[in-house]
Amino acid sequence: MHVVKARVLVRPKAGILDPQGAAVERALPALGFEGVRDVRVGRLIELEVADPARLGEMCERLLANPLIEDYEVLVERAGG
Amino acid sequence: MKFGVVSFPGSCDDVDARMACARVGEAVALWHADHDLAGVDVVVIPGGFSYGDYLRAGAIARFAPIMTEVIEFAAAGGHVIGICNGFQVCCEAGLLPGALLPNVGLRFVCRQVSLELVNADTAFTSAFNPGDRLSIPVKHTTGRYYAPPEMLARLQSQDQVVLRYAPGENPNGSLDDIAGVINEQGNVFGLMPHPEHAVDALSGSIDGLCVFASLAAAAAVA
Repeated sequence: MHVVKARVLVRPKAGILDPQGAAVERALPALGFEGVRDVRVGRLIELEVADPARLGEMCERLLANPLIEDYEVLVERAGG
Repeated sequence: MKFGVVSFPGSCDDVDARMACARVGEAVALWHADHDLAGVDVVVIPGGFSYGDYLRAGAIARFAPIMTEVIEFAAAGGHVIGICNGFQVCCEAGLLPGALLPNVGLRFVCRQVSLELVNADTAFTSAFNPGDRLSIPVKHTTGRYYAPPEMLARLQSQDQVVLRYAPGENPNGSLDDIAGVINEQGNVFGLMPHPEHAVDALSGSIDGLCVFASLAAAAAVA
């Protein structure tokens, strides 16, 4: 079976409070890393698929909850 | 009057839910891998960590074999109650509007909370009076109710917000202090607090029993 590698990035939708991102944002200055803002913590899903055209449907039905999350599909180019 | 309580791998409040149902009717276990609702009048989707809560709480359980029948049962007007993880499963399945997000404090919260009964005109709450103050425990990490602004406005205008955390009691950052919502048709109810853990005076409150008594009364009329 020929497969391609893909990555799905899932993020909390803009405007939805992300307490994990807020916690990281508070932790960084405590370590001396100043000048950091708008930290958002999401999820990376790596997968190999035979039919990358179906990735959008996979995201809509399972990988993301479109009500609360945005997703971005990155397909690795052949030989890339 | 027959209640069916679904058990998924990782459910942990199914036994308490069956015991609570048995106080007002007959209670049977329904297995996640079956395609059979055993002729029950009410389906209870209990609390726990179905399928390890992998990906998102409720996201995998929503595709369990028995959910095909639960979704058909709900579409036909059958009464379904989702408690805690069951609420998350119902939202993921599209049986209820909205979603549950990680608690604002990022911590597992386990405590008795004070609740306001907002809508007593449902099959799940008819044994209460509007404005009743209830004491029922919560125990969850992912209980922050969220609905996009237009959906939230619709829920409020259609009396679909059934239960709210009392002022100052919101344990998870839920929008509008929402603790429980009902679908538009009025036959699917989801809530984060655990009425099945508040049915015996020994545990400090019997306020949860009214939820099961309401359902028993609704089924008797139907």
